[in-house]
Amino acid sequence: METKISFTLNGKKVSLSTDPLRRLLDVLREDFGCTGVKEGCSEGECGACSVMFNNKMVTPCLIPVGAANGQDIMTIEGVSKTELGQRIVQAFADGGAVQCGYCIPGMVIAAYNLLLENPDPNEEEIRLGISGNICRCTGYDLIVESIKLAAKRGR
Amino acid sequence: MSAAGNCGLHCEDGCTKGEKKVVAEELTRDISTAMRRLDAVEKSEGTAKYVSDYDFSDCLWARMVRSSIPRGIIKNIKLPQMPEGYYWVSAKDIPEGGHNYLHMIATDWKCFADGDVKYVGETIGLVVGPDKTKVEDLREQIEIEYEEQEPAVSIDEGVACKGGAFINGNNIHCHLKLETGENVDQVFSRCDKVVEETIETGYQEHIYLETNGACCIPEGDHYVIYASAQCPFYIRKSVAPVLNIDPEKIIVRQATTGGAFGGKEHFPDVLCGPLLLAAYKTGKGVKMFFDREEDIENSVKRHPSKVVFKTGLDKNGNIMAMDSKVYYNVGAYLASSFVVLQRGCFHVTGCYEFPNMRTEGFGVATNSFPSCAFRGFGAPQTLFAIETHMCHLAEMYGVEPLEYKSRYFIKQGDNTSTNGKIVEKVMIPEMLEQVLKASDYRRKVKEYKYGTGKGIGISFYNHGGAFTGNGEQAIIKAKCRMHKYPDGTVEILNGQTEMGQGFHSIIPKIAAHVLGIPLEKVIYKDPDTSRVPDSGPTAASRSTMIVGRLVEKAAQQVKERWNEAEFEVETHYEHPDGYPWDQSSFQGYAYLGYGWGVCVVEVEVDPCTGEVTTKGIWSSHDGGHLIDELIVHGQVNGGVIQGIGWASTEVMQNVKGHFKQTSMSDYIVPTSMDYPKQECFFVDNPYEWGPFGAKGLGELVFNGSGAAYIDALSRAIGKRISSIPCPTEQVMLYMLNGKDIEEAL
Repeated sequence: METKISFTLNGKKVSLSTDPLRRLLDVLREDFGCTGVKEGCSEGECGACSVMFNNKMVTPCLIPVGAANGQDIMTIEGVSKTELGQRIVQAFADGGAVQCGYCIPGMVIAAYNLLLENPDPNEEEIRLGISGNICRCTGYDLIVESIKLAAKRGR
Repeated sequence: MSAAGNCGLHCEDGCTKGEKKVVAEELTRDISTAMRRLDAVEKSEGTAKYVSDYDFSDCLWARMVRSSIPRGIIKNIKLPQMPEGYYWVSAKDIPEGGHNYLHMIATDWKCFADGDVKYVGETIGLVVGPDKTKVEDLREQIEIEYEEQEPAVSIDEGVACKGGAFINGNNIHCHLKLETGENVDQVFSRCDKVVEETIETGYQEHIYLETNGACCIPEGDHYVIYASAQCPFYIRKSVAPVLNIDPEKIIVRQATTGGAFGGKEHFPDVLCGPLLLAAYKTGKGVKMFFDREEDIENSVKRHPSKVVFKTGLDKNGNIMAMDSKVYYNVGAYLASSFVVLQRGCFHVTGCYEFPNMRTEGFGVATNSFPSCAFRGFGAPQTLFAIETHMCHLAEMYGVEPLEYKSRYFIKQGDNTSTNGKIVEKVMIPEMLEQVLKASDYRRKVKEYKYGTGKGIGISFYNHGGAFTGNGEQAIIKAKCRMHKYPDGTVEILNGQTEMGQGFHSIIPKIAAHVLGIPLEKVIYKDPDTSRVPDSGPTAASRSTMIVGRLVEKAAQQVKERWNEAEFEVETHYEHPDGYPWDQSSFQGYAYLGYGWGVCVVEVEVDPCTGEVTTKGIWSSHDGGHLIDELIVHGQVNGGVIQGIGWASTEVMQNVKGHFKQTSMSDYIVPTSMDYPKQECFFVDNPYEWGPFGAKGLGELVFNGSGAAYIDALSRAIGKRISSIPCPTEQVMLYMLNGKDIEEAL
């Protein structure tokens, strides 16, 4: 059963007719080409697909697109173009946070979500802030350091 | 770089510099100075294209139909009526002259099951068609009737030939034997005591964040395969026999690969073989992507192992002889496992020289999903075993484990497990000093009595770089090309892949340094087998030390001819003379350059719940002269944590042939909250035959943290631990019923 769904995606109004039970993850990737949104576990466990939903981090693999109607969504494609998002991207590059990169768009979103609320987090707050995002390559230390660096550059 | 450096502060160093400035400075600094990875920004912004991000909208979807039983005869496959444009692809579609196998070192792994099935998850066929949901509906309607047979799943069941042997009459896929010194049985007769101990390790799932996926598209008289993969040339060689075509007729293009750790060394062949046949049958492009559950349930894992030691000791507890029997659970098909077993057996002596050794390895056939490469490639299992056994021997004699182990440290010129010599300087004393000081090990050892809930442990480990012996020259024959263009750019052409380890950043860095040109003048693309020469697999900690060296040499040649407008050079691997190796008897110089490591872990255990808190992790590694401190730092952090995960929370059980853990909710990999920030140190030990003195390091950093963690945990609870993984529940059981740490073996 197709339904018309409208929402704000990376600052622009968009709409589509689709099954409202489709995963928001699939709609973002397939209908809007936001392939920076990565599918990792399909069950909200790894955080690779994280996006901002009304300025809060969510995992769109668990959200039916119908729930996005009228809401504001920012994917990595939008977040990376904001001042804070770009500051995180550059800090990740300088700080050695990136290896295979598959978890990284989700990590950038997690860092963005954290720094929006807490611009100067300590080590423990950073570790908590990214605890819903799994990285298999880095052991997290350089991601944590890079988030500190992004925070420092924002002061 | 300095001989020792805690590089935890590098990112602070680089923070105020723009990218261009870093690049320019790069050329005048030591090559080890941290660079900005070339792929970091596109990966962070989400624009890097992984295989599922490509637009393959014209291609058909494929889903695998697999065996649901571990062992039996296929009696009947009942297919639904296939609508127009939908296909069933199976062994019957292999054209005349084609072969139903995948070439993965051995050629026993079938592309499609044919007649019988030997493990749960064995590929039986593909359902292919234009609509993903319809393909799934059709797949669910397929009924397969089996005549079930009794499976052998564990190492013990395999050895006991439960249900009747199905390989070689004894379920031993492969076997090897190594001996050094005197016959150990004779020495045992002179010993004060001969003790036996069994050390076991479990499965480990790779959990690369990007699951497996591939797409095969017919283009003219070629097939083009796009894959998330470590080894594009392996895929080509492996799947070409299915259609009995020249491997050159298959072009493999690697997509950005979201982690591999060995899990995408041979395993992509298991997707690409069937996809190739589907593309042949339908004449269309066919794509397949696994979701996480499908990937965990139906992909290769680290070999479970069992090492049985028999050690002869004098009255002071000194080791006089050691016999070790090494059993790896290979699963139903051999594929690359004999090589894994060999590496395991070569590493069973760890960082020690023992007077008399006998080692026998057995690759056990079971009705389990075949095991395959995973970071360390067989070495972590035996290194864990020897480290743990050494601790237990020490404790039995009331000697502190570090003191006991240090009696046997191997040195330059000492004899190896294969009767070769250690060629390089072994800097264990220097590395040890770094971690002892940083961790305050000696004070803590005295202060934390056994069983008081606090413990600190230590491990020593190494990893032989590159293919064994002269394999690089005799088998791999790596080639590398470099092209100079008239505008002064150069392109590096080889088959090595970037999978997260940083290779596609450090290799341009090597070329830029030799040539004295900026990094942006160096082109190095993800490999396309039709454009680049085969430089061997991206595996075995060989890429930097072997292919990096070929790139360095190519750059030196280009530099000499720099005034010519456009030309290409090609370099070939040559094994240094004077280090013989006999692959039939496994005798001689197995490895010319080892990476070396020392790791200290400190833990605290909650006496009520058995919960373990890791209080500190200190490590030192010798990777020769490092090409990039920051990239290496990332490798160390990730490898060490992955190793502790293997030893602690990563429980993967196989029950009656089925993996019990099938998601990231029940297979528990480390999170950012589980371990404290690590302190890592390095020693500078230039390797004669590596680029700028570098050696392999990517696997080394996995090899020892698990043993250090278990040593610490064991001391904290005062109980002997001889099997991993050891999650909280198991810690509790040890606390309640375990054997005391100092009890005689």
